[in-house]
Amino acid sequence: MATQTTEIAVGACVDAGGSALGMPQLCADWMGNQVAWLVVSLIVIYLILSRIALPRIGAVLAERSGTITNDIAAAEELKQKAVEAEAAYEQALADARIQAAAIVAEAKAEIQVDLDVELAKADATISAKAAEGEKAITAIREGAVKSVTAVAKDTAKALVSALGGSADAKTITAAVSARMKG
Amino acid sequence: MATETDAQSEGGLVFHPLDQFIVKPLFGDGPVSWYTPTNITLWMGLAVLAIFLVFVVGSRGRAIIPTRMQSIGELIYGFIYKMVEDVTGKDGVKYFPYIMTLFVFILFANYLALLPMSYSATSMIAVTAVLGFGVFICVTILGFVLHGTKFLGLFWMSDAPAVLRPIIAIIEVISYFVRPVSHSIRLAGNIMAGHAVIKVFAGFAALTLVSPIAILGITAIYGLEVLVAGIQAYVFTILTCVYLKDALHPGH
Repeated sequence: MATQTTEIAVGACVDAGGSALGMPQLCADWMGNQVAWLVVSLIVIYLILSRIALPRIGAVLAERSGTITNDIAAAEELKQKAVEAEAAYEQALADARIQAAAIVAEAKAEIQVDLDVELAKADATISAKAAEGEKAITAIREGAVKSVTAVAKDTAKALVSALGGSADAKTITAAVSARMKG
Repeated sequence: MATETDAQSEGGLVFHPLDQFIVKPLFGDGPVSWYTPTNITLWMGLAVLAIFLVFVVGSRGRAIIPTRMQSIGELIYGFIYKMVEDVTGKDGVKYFPYIMTLFVFILFANYLALLPMSYSATSMIAVTAVLGFGVFICVTILGFVLHGTKFLGLFWMSDAPAVLRPIIAIIEVISYFVRPVSHSIRLAGNIMAGHAVIKVFAGFAALTLVSPIAILGITAIYGLEVLVAGIQAYVFTILTCVYLKDALHPGH
């Protein structure tokens, strides 16, 4: 009974033991089935792909390449900005250096001026003091010469009188003055 | 036990390498008519399911940084898109979904057929003939629709010597009509041969002495079949693109 159903089921392509007779690929009884299900599968796959999968994947890929392009552009822009910022920084640094040099030079010049003024003042003070000193020295010297003359006259008078001579004051004074000049 | 005695009576070896291609109804033992759900239905359905999982479920996140499954889908998409664009040119891109359908169907059917106990739908000549002749008919109609009778210029080599032109035209026509045959037989033949060879080795594995060699052979052929499954899907697709290019740009 079972064998009979199998035979009915399998038709001309399968033997009683369930093995293939010839190539199953060439069995005409099964071809309609294969073709029908193939067509169904292809249509389903086509619908799945064209309606859902391909637009979605295409959109994702486009979005990704767009994102990448944008990111690269943004990175380029940032890099450009960084370069500009560096240039500006360098410029500022150079300016600051020049300014600093100018300030230093100015300060030096000011200091020089002050220094010159102070030096001149100090020189004037010193020369004034020196003149004063010289004056004082001159005065002292003159005083000393007067004192020496007086002492010499007195000493000469005393000597003359002690030696027993007598001379008038005028003669002695004249003699001492002559000596002092020589 | 019964099969064992049968095997004994046949000398210890049982070779039914083609039994794997028998079409069986999924439910009951009724006759196989065109609408009967059979093992073909099951494995084609599984291919459709796998395609759905990879391309729809895999890409549901629409992530800029893809998940693994989404990467696979994108990789196949990019591969076929580039192939269509490179071979057929910019104006062939609108046929990309059709070519993609062919490719993923063949690819997934081929790889699912490599699972043990599976059924290889692409080894059936009726299946590949529908694919091959489908491509042939569509491309031919497309060529005539786009170019009218100028499409026949495909067979007329205007830059060949005048004497040779009719001969070349005959050869071109013959080769044109052989295309769908070779296109479909190539795929079915490759897949069927590989699977049958694996079965033959499996038959030898019943002998204790040669079974290590047989199993080694199965492994080697299996590895080869993994390559063949991908390569045949690729070859079918790129030939489809070439034929499509002929229809779009019939001038040589």
